[in-house]
Amino acid sequence: MDIIEPLVKIVFIFLITLTTVAYLVLVERRVSAFIQNRIGPNRVGPAGLLQPVADIVKLFLKEDIVPKAANKFVHSLAPLISLVVAMTTFAVIPFGNSIHLFGRDIKLMIADVNVGILYILALSSLGVYGITLSGWSSNNKYSLLGGLRSSAQMISYELSMGLSIIGVLMIAGTLRLDKIVESQAQGMWYFWRTPISFITFVIASFAETNRLPFDLPEAEPELVGGYHTEYSGMKFGLFFLAEYANMITASAIIVTLYLGGWQLPFVGHIGLPDLAVSLLQIAAFGVKVGLVLLFFIVIRWTIPRFRYDQLMNIGWKVMLPLALANILITGVALLW
Amino acid sequence: MMASYIPLILMLAAGMFLAIVLLKLHQWLGPHRPNDEKTSTYESGMEPIRSARERFSVKYYMVAVLFILFDIEVIFLYPWAVNFRALGLFGYVEMVIFITILFIGYFYILRKGALKWD
Repeated sequence: MDIIEPLVKIVFIFLITLTTVAYLVLVERRVSAFIQNRIGPNRVGPAGLLQPVADIVKLFLKEDIVPKAANKFVHSLAPLISLVVAMTTFAVIPFGNSIHLFGRDIKLMIADVNVGILYILALSSLGVYGITLSGWSSNNKYSLLGGLRSSAQMISYELSMGLSIIGVLMIAGTLRLDKIVESQAQGMWYFWRTPISFITFVIASFAETNRLPFDLPEAEPELVGGYHTEYSGMKFGLFFLAEYANMITASAIIVTLYLGGWQLPFVGHIGLPDLAVSLLQIAAFGVKVGLVLLFFIVIRWTIPRFRYDQLMNIGWKVMLPLALANILITGVALLW
Repeated sequence: MMASYIPLILMLAAGMFLAIVLLKLHQWLGPHRPNDEKTSTYESGMEPIRSARERFSVKYYMVAVLFILFDIEVIFLYPWAVNFRALGLFGYVEMVIFITILFIGYFYILRKGALKWD
């Protein structure tokens, strides 16, 4: 087994993810400023483009405060779990078709495993640990409440997430994400074919990534900072990084499952060289993910937060029956 | 077969490496001047009242237990969904029965008020 090839891909993905996170934060601040009729950060570097660098340097130079009531080991372990899970979920997502470089075909996904989607679901369940443990270990009431809320919210919406994917699996007949993308050729995206599944999945991803309107774990007006109240410096930074990396992964999953992944209709028939087609497909994937991310950001700054009972009611009494009904409907449609 | 999982392990190791490097770098670069006020538990500027390790609402346990039940059902649905075309009408009817039983349980917990938040 060749080790170099996956390592190069991992480093590539990590660099892309970290840069995207840094600039996603800037984009989010600029978009929110635009929505609220402000200017936003524009002082550091040309048009504020060096703001992320300044932020990261600041996070590194802050003091690492560990409260004396906290459980020291778990307090440092929790951000680590969050970040590792967030950074590794991307492993099974194909970000392009195979590309022909240096005399061989390179498949543009890190791990070509047959469990595919199950791996993503497993890791996103692990992500709950990071938040719950951080809430418990801080020994702070706000943190504990945030952690508890978050775990209850994430596991509730994970059900509807798992159930909505089943609609896609029934049509595609495979768990492999590269096969799922291939089956969406010629614009036959699953977004058209199973719209209910698409809607429930998108809502569940919002809840899974703790984004507004589902950001109760860190609802500032009531819980100060939620589960990361007692974190400072880069430890807080790791949570921040994990949250945005999760957002990128969630967008990538939405694009892969419902919006055709790297498929760009008709590009194969123009007669471009193979390398150009591969690069165009990677670009198509990037643009789609970018648009979904922008959607995430715009939603965050336009819709108010749910109350906790509303959140749980939507999760258990609307999303769950809807996702189950979608399975039955898809089944009927496929058998017809 | 197992060889395809090696990149996953590599990626987990790389993620761990990144997280540890960031944490160590932070420890090394940041100042360390702890004092009693700074390391006390934050409670909106008040003196902390008792520990946070107290009883909390049993609802969270309920949600966790229900999650385990339903998540197992979801996992049962996965192999069926992947083989849906091969199983045909027979498989579909089987799954309708399965989901009906699931729904009976769902309505039971709904009527019992296990999902009521107030």
